[in-house]
Amino acid sequence: MSLDKATVKNIANLARLEVREDELDHLAGELSNILQFVEQLAEVNTDGVAPMTSVAHMELPRRRDEVTDGNYPERVLANAPERIDGFFVVPKVVE
Amino acid sequence: MSYVIEGETGDWELVIGLEVHAQVISKSKLFSGAATDFGAEPNTQVSLVDAAMPGMLPVINEYCIEQGVRTGLGLKAKINLTSVFARKNYFYADLPQGYQISQYEYPIVGEGEVILDMPDGSTRTVGIERLHLEQDAGKSLHDQHPSKSFIDLNRSGVALMEIVSKPDMRSPEEAAAYITKLRSILRYLGSCDGNMAEGSMRCDVNVSVRKAGEPYRTRAEIKNVNSIRFVHQAIEYEARRQVDLYEEGGQVVQETRLFDANKGETRSMRSKEHAHDYRYFPDPDLLPLNLTQDYVDAIKATLPELPDEKKERFIRDYHLSAYDAGLLVADQATADFFESVAKGRDPKMACNWVMGDFSAAMNRLGRTIDNPPVSAANLGGLIDLIADDTISGRLAKEVFELMVETGKAPAVIVDEKGLRQVTDTGAIEASIDAVLAANGDKVEQYRSGKDKLFGFFVGQVMKATGGKANPALVNEILKKKLG
Amino acid sequence: MSELTKLTMAEAREGLKAKRFTAVELTKAHLAAVGAARGLNAFVTETPDLALERAKLSDAKLAKGEAGPLEGLPIGMKDLFCTEGVRSTACSRILENFVPTYESTVSGKLKDAGAVVLGKTALDEFAMGSSNETSAFGPVTNPWKRKSDPSVKLVPGGSSGGSAAAVSARLVMGATGTDTGGSIRQPASFCGLVGLKPTYGRCSRWGIVAFASSLDQAGPMTRTVRDAAIMLGSMVGYDPKDSTSANVAVPNFEAALTGDIRGMKVGIPKEYRPDGLSAEISKLWADGIGMLKDAGATPVEISLPHTKYALPTYYIVAPAECSSNLARYDGVRYGKRVEGKTLDEMYAKSRAAGFGKEVRRRILIGTYVLSAGYYDAYYIKAQKVRRLIADDFAKAFETVDVILTPTAPSAAFGQGETDDNPITMWLNDIFTIPTSLAGLPGLSVPTGLSADGLPLGLQLIGRPFDEETVLKVAEVMERAAGFTAVPAGI
Repeated sequence: MSLDKATVKNIANLARLEVREDELDHLAGELSNILQFVEQLAEVNTDGVAPMTSVAHMELPRRRDEVTDGNYPERVLANAPERIDGFFVVPKVVE
Repeated sequence: MSYVIEGETGDWELVIGLEVHAQVISKSKLFSGAATDFGAEPNTQVSLVDAAMPGMLPVINEYCIEQGVRTGLGLKAKINLTSVFARKNYFYADLPQGYQISQYEYPIVGEGEVILDMPDGSTRTVGIERLHLEQDAGKSLHDQHPSKSFIDLNRSGVALMEIVSKPDMRSPEEAAAYITKLRSILRYLGSCDGNMAEGSMRCDVNVSVRKAGEPYRTRAEIKNVNSIRFVHQAIEYEARRQVDLYEEGGQVVQETRLFDANKGETRSMRSKEHAHDYRYFPDPDLLPLNLTQDYVDAIKATLPELPDEKKERFIRDYHLSAYDAGLLVADQATADFFESVAKGRDPKMACNWVMGDFSAAMNRLGRTIDNPPVSAANLGGLIDLIADDTISGRLAKEVFELMVETGKAPAVIVDEKGLRQVTDTGAIEASIDAVLAANGDKVEQYRSGKDKLFGFFVGQVMKATGGKANPALVNEILKKKLG
Repeated sequence: MSELTKLTMAEAREGLKAKRFTAVELTKAHLAAVGAARGLNAFVTETPDLALERAKLSDAKLAKGEAGPLEGLPIGMKDLFCTEGVRSTACSRILENFVPTYESTVSGKLKDAGAVVLGKTALDEFAMGSSNETSAFGPVTNPWKRKSDPSVKLVPGGSSGGSAAAVSARLVMGATGTDTGGSIRQPASFCGLVGLKPTYGRCSRWGIVAFASSLDQAGPMTRTVRDAAIMLGSMVGYDPKDSTSANVAVPNFEAALTGDIRGMKVGIPKEYRPDGLSAEISKLWADGIGMLKDAGATPVEISLPHTKYALPTYYIVAPAECSSNLARYDGVRYGKRVEGKTLDEMYAKSRAAGFGKEVRRRILIGTYVLSAGYYDAYYIKAQKVRRLIADDFAKAFETVDVILTPTAPSAAFGQGETDDNPITMWLNDIFTIPTSLAGLPGLSVPTGLSADGLPLGLQLIGRPFDEETVLKVAEVMERAAGFTAVPAGI
């Protein structure tokens, strides 16, 4: 798969990464190379093979429904770039 | 009673599907131990996991799984013994992880059904497509500052059940009935409190229109419609908009729309449209959720009697109409109240009282069934007094109001106020004799054929006895004496 | 150079117990070494005050006979572990000023065991790299020098390059690493160390900045196999806060070092001999096989047929997970924020300014392979091949007890020596990535020097949760190899 600039722009937008117009060509080439490299997987016969999402051979552990955490807003907000009255603050979102 | 929109080009049918987000009742969040209570100070009910601090990991709450299974069983749905949590990736200020942990390809619950009780007493079945568990996002407040939005993560990570219906509804009324019934089932199950005002139940409405017999046309999704009334309004507006659009030669585009409750209209949310691609993939921080049939069966064994079964039983055992039974079972506490009142009594009379004067008083006083204006025992006692002719039905209404006012038992009120019905034939005869004697001219007129005067005599006797004479006896003796 | 910094953990443990020196003296000697070796850029953040305070506590505990297994031993902490009250950066601008209000499970366990943390060691940004050159805070220099040209600054490998350089230069006795595709083993090989990536699930991931959740695993980097066993014992264990943490018994790893591997079958995978494998590495491997034979083990040729697909599989799976894991760095709750007119603009600017080139590249690739229309062709396909790779190992372990391979295709290279093609750099991990995909324990042990005088390591791979066999065989090889070389100036 060879990526064009529009596709690179689109995925950069999905990933919320600002990419300068003059970087697009280089990035498109680089990403296309990488995709060509990984596309060698196409030659592997995977018929009937179940995708492996985890190597952990165990059951999903479950917690009891108890309040054991939270109630420490200072720890949550300690690194906030901007905060007012216990809220995180971002540029206004217009719906 | 099919619902159609009459357009220039003919009749249009509505096709409606609903996605309901129901907040799971649990003490702590789906993947963290922070509390879920509504209305706490901002960012207090937030763990490091909910704030998506670097290196934080999710651990699932077993009770939320149970609630999901319980709800699935209540919707007569297939429980999937293996389900998978997936990440739904998108950026938003109140979505700390940059993804929502949800279920995508493999939800915990598959197909089921909800039976709607329509106002005319008929029923309709709406298919359930799936139910899955997912995390709620935080809350953005846009009205606190001229140029900033404020973010509170208290809700972040609270467990939600997304319940997706099939596109089986054909009118706003059916959509309303669906939400009402679904909420009733969730409340019976104790899996969601159904409080739409606090946002613990939220609806996305999918609407399309078509000519009869056509395949489905393009649908619009109206997001976050937060009351049954708004669902009704939003559907009506959106359907009309789509019909007008088609008839003007336009096309409906698949998009997300917002319902503006102030203007009563829907409008496009183009800002949210741009490049939606959620890039779902199985969450590598979690493993597939495997359940055993034994686990599911054990939950099944604890299910309460649900509204549909209860309704059937009320029709069968109490001989109530489908309509009455449907109304009574909509709320579990009301149904229980009714059953306490009806026990050993005439069920129809119990139903009439519960749905009539009792409900009216409750609404008037802003009380709830958990804090009723009159206890079930007292309401039952009142019905007993009617049944054994201690008081007449008409007097009973007065007694009921006094019960509401004073909280006293009906028998006490009857005694205190001397309202006990007179069933002593001697006393009634004496009253009648007195009335007849005082109205000799009317007696003559009656006897010469003026039948209508019978009511006058009854009225006079009742007046003379202070309304306490047993009306049936009065009638009987009067007829004999005048005969 | 103080004699104290030349001790192994095992020796220092005995010395402290015998009161030949104190934990404070040991710490001070190492802090002095740290100060003298700043040119290596091994540390991102030094915490000498905390270290001395902790060392005093260790002396008190030692005096009372309450010493933990690592009491008073100076270590380095890879700056991917979140440490309460101490800046934790992942060597990224985006976390440059991030001070966690919590302590990762593994770093907490090490502190509880008495370890004295001297500071946070450098890494490739978000652990993405094989040379430590992607760090936002400058490259780390390998203390080893080429005989042919000692003036060339070599990379320590990556991503745990700061840890590797610090241990190798005797600034700390051991250090934590994390390994996603080789990030412990490859730098261990480059710096002449023992580096162990345990079985996936052995160490809790809670509080470690995530790169690729299905692969990330913490492990020890030390100068001897015994030290790796000692340190590992204080890092592992079930953690209910990590849903992929394995609830398995924790053995006494040190007790596994019996020196007896007679009768053991050692798998030699034929696919790890690709065209172009250097003669030097081939010989190293052959020598290693010889050592095991001499110790009474039997080499068995095995086949891991999907080996060549491990690298492309990894470069779908790891970027996919990283693209999602790094979405939380959005400038809202912590980390770098570059203001924008809109929320989206703020995100895009903050993330562009906060992430370096390699991280951005991987986020973009990961975003692409998960996107609509490509998910099946890339991500699902990779997950299927991943199973085939894991199955290859499972099949091999039906007949062998442990597998021996080279750790890396070369010795340490010079800073800035690789070309611009990212895939060239990725090839460094060609021998370590299959193990990571299969979640198996892998250990690199130094067994020889290159012609140019640089250390080279061999990798031992074990069955799931059989770190004991891996350590046991490694110790036999360590002894047989008699690897005594040290970096220049030590």
